[in-house]
Amino acid sequence: MKLELQGITKRFGPLVANDAIDLVVEPGQIHALLGENGAGKSTLMNVLFGLYTADEGTILLDGQERTFRGPRDALAAGIGMVHQHFMLVPVFTVAESVMLGHEDTRGGGFLDLDTARRRVRELSDRFGFGLDPDAVVEDLPVGVQQRVEIVKALAREAKVLILDEPTAVLTPQETDDLIGIMRQLKDAGTSIVFITHKLREVKEVADTITVIRRGAVVGSAQPDASENQLAELMVGREVSLGLDKAPPTLGDVTFVVEGLTVRDSTGHTAVDGVSFSVAQGEILAVAGVQGNGQTELTEAILGVLPADAGSVTLAGRELVGMSPHDILAAGLGFVPEDRKVEGLVLDFTVGENLVLDRYDTAPFARGVGLDLKALRRNAQERIAEYDIRTQGHGQEVGRLSGGNQQKVVVARELSRPLKLFIASQPTRGVDVGSIEFLHRRIVAERDAGTPVIIVSTELDEVAELADRIAVMYEGRIVGIVAGDTPRSVLGLMMAGVPLEEAREQAREDAEPEDGAPGTPVDTGTTSTSATGDEQ
Amino acid sequence: MTATDVAPARPAPSAAVVGRTVSYKVPVALGVLGLAALVLFGLLGPAGETTTFGVSGASDLVRIDPLELPSRATAVVLSVVALLLAAYSAVVARASREVPVWLVTVFGVVWVLAFLTWAVAGKSTSLVSLLQGSLLLAVPLAFGALGGLLNERAGVVNIAIEGQLLTGAFGAAVIGSVTGNAYVGLVAAPVFALVIGAMLALFTVKYHVNQIIVGVVLNVFAVGLTSFLYGSVLKEDAARLNSPPRLEVLPVPGLSQIPVLGPVLFRQTIIVYLLYVAVVVVSVALFRTRWGLRVRAVGEYPQAADTVGIDVERTRWHNVLLGSAVAGLGGAFFTIGSVGAFGEEMTAGKGYIALAAMILGRWSPVGALTAALLFGFADKLQQVLGVLQTPIPNQFMLMLPYIVTIFAVAGLVGRVRGPAAAGEPYEKG
Repeated sequence: MKLELQGITKRFGPLVANDAIDLVVEPGQIHALLGENGAGKSTLMNVLFGLYTADEGTILLDGQERTFRGPRDALAAGIGMVHQHFMLVPVFTVAESVMLGHEDTRGGGFLDLDTARRRVRELSDRFGFGLDPDAVVEDLPVGVQQRVEIVKALAREAKVLILDEPTAVLTPQETDDLIGIMRQLKDAGTSIVFITHKLREVKEVADTITVIRRGAVVGSAQPDASENQLAELMVGREVSLGLDKAPPTLGDVTFVVEGLTVRDSTGHTAVDGVSFSVAQGEILAVAGVQGNGQTELTEAILGVLPADAGSVTLAGRELVGMSPHDILAAGLGFVPEDRKVEGLVLDFTVGENLVLDRYDTAPFARGVGLDLKALRRNAQERIAEYDIRTQGHGQEVGRLSGGNQQKVVVARELSRPLKLFIASQPTRGVDVGSIEFLHRRIVAERDAGTPVIIVSTELDEVAELADRIAVMYEGRIVGIVAGDTPRSVLGLMMAGVPLEEAREQAREDAEPEDGAPGTPVDTGTTSTSATGDEQ
Repeated sequence: MTATDVAPARPAPSAAVVGRTVSYKVPVALGVLGLAALVLFGLLGPAGETTTFGVSGASDLVRIDPLELPSRATAVVLSVVALLLAAYSAVVARASREVPVWLVTVFGVVWVLAFLTWAVAGKSTSLVSLLQGSLLLAVPLAFGALGGLLNERAGVVNIAIEGQLLTGAFGAAVIGSVTGNAYVGLVAAPVFALVIGAMLALFTVKYHVNQIIVGVVLNVFAVGLTSFLYGSVLKEDAARLNSPPRLEVLPVPGLSQIPVLGPVLFRQTIIVYLLYVAVVVVSVALFRTRWGLRVRAVGEYPQAADTVGIDVERTRWHNVLLGSAVAGLGGAFFTIGSVGAFGEEMTAGKGYIALAAMILGRWSPVGALTAALLFGFADKLQQVLGVLQTPIPNQFMLMLPYIVTIFAVAGLVGRVRGPAAAGEPYEKG
């Protein structure tokens, strides 16, 4: 089915999310929609899927004009969508999830689960998904949930499949599998709209690329365009993708975690006997798929979650048992993973947010009151230093863009002398320009001699920043490797494959340059961790 | 491999065992209760007294003689059985398994029997009328809980059960009285409750007002409205407006002759039979039909339902209206189902107990009915023992239903998960 969007415009109040967008998706084509977070890709697709109504423009299917009043119309027209946040009811089984909305019944409205199961099995077998129709969705790994979503669309005979940031939640291996599935679907005649901001994936799988910036189409490209060209189109100016950081100058090992075990709020062991150490002037990146204990690890270091066992020492001081307030005072700078919930008070001003952790100490406190002048001076300095785009220090932080909000958080945490800096997902949902800036800042902090821990689910970011990489899987550290370890090895480790096996496997099925083992880590910063038993 | 494989930091074995811990909470609680029963009801119980339990009514075909039991010996035996059950639960817990529900239930029954034997020592009471009364008192609770879960399964919290019961009771009384027909009153009850339901749906579904606040306000509104009408209209002309006939008892032929259970289950009014039907129908509909699947999807994850073309708002509207009608039916019990005339605030917080029954029953119709029966039993027990002049002060007995509610909801429920989206307004996009 050929899909054409002509002059789609969608406004939210004064904001123009989509500005006269034209897009043509040929039958059996994988069409990548490339753009930064907030460029308007998802809005466009929600318009196509009938979730939003366009203010202007038309949608043509095989040359015929169509209007969708809701997802029901879009589904009936053969458009399927896999949302970035899966639209699956966690407590339903796979069969129930797939049948929802177009149920087979035995008459009288009674569900015909047998037919639904058979349908799931058929589709699953055809594409080699290996789905169990009776499995409960919430028990499945994200990669499998995504397949359920795809089967959901296929069960409704979707001719055009929209995949909204499908790789954001996947391990590199799962991403490869997904790319395989996309090719299979394409061969079966399905058109695919592939929404992403990851250049490598686009180059690997797309037939055509349309780039969107600030709600408008800024160009199209072929998959043989270079990553730099694509990035430039996406951002609108020249960007340097590589961060040229000097090799680390290591100082003493001042931060040591030993045998740390943490349980999450539901009582599950989220961090399971983790040990590692970081030296001054070194960046340790904690890599892993979301939800493998990274959040709990950082929260335990900060003292928000109590540790069940183990110790955390910073410059010789035991942190376990101390309150977050005291731990921060001991010299920890902490960038939480969700700036909107944990990093900022959105209704507070930029200036207030910049002193959230220091409002009660000099020079900001004066008796029981605040020294508003000091607050303002501090705000003006930080805004200038970090190039925070705001109307002024009195603007509410919630009104800033994601990148600028993140700059506020990082500026606050880095504006006092630190003994340890931890940043979780430091550039999630941040525009490419700000990513570059934030990365430089983090490296600068390292070069100033602070031990740095970065938690990131983005392998690109990990590769960019890390001097060493600790890979977490199901609450444990699978291994700690050098910063230049090949992606294929890291990817396998992120799926729980132990280091040795991961190297073997990666060498077996990868092209030669990937086969090289990671460079030895000879930093001597790892003396505490050599005792791990073999798998 | 020459690379120095830094730190495959496997945990020490001791740290790895942390996963699931053995919990002795339930066995300990059961053990303490069992011991208390043994000492208080058994060993310290009245010596030489007899406890008499009636087990058949006067009109039964098969008459069974009342059970005459030696109070102390019986209580001791029952307490020992309870203690054995507690011991078995410890064995189960030791194996890191969850103590099964049946075990707790059987323990509860045995314990209550031991208590009754002690409390009724030297007197007599009818088990049949105790159970019959429990079922009757459970009726409004069960209807209320069903109404509540129909709402919550679609994602709307229904605090307004109390108001729906009250308006239902009012409607049944007035319409039943005017028409002189209790059955017309029974039909009127859900219609009156729909007024409350419609307002709940309007504010929560259409205007996204906080569901708890709307529910509480509607309860206050229902009390105010019915009290006003009662004071200003019903009292003036009570003979015409507030003297409805009562629903008559309709024994089911055959079934009602079964000893003990027959009179309890099948010698009731139509409203009780309707409850049986409602529980079965709602169960099947919710878990076996297309309608149910969609309702549950809306209550768990409305966005997901929306993206497959299910109209979230309409589903919620329908369910709120349906739920309030079901709760209203329960309201009819207060007037035409029992005392007849309507009285101010006569539901006396039963709507909130119904809410507790729904949660204790884990949002399932059968569970809700079971929980309602538990609360109904506690209520009836209090009435019976109040009349019997037992050693326990009457005030404590009056507290019984509420104490049972608190313990049941806090203790037995543990971590349950209701519909994930209950209480959250759905705004598109």
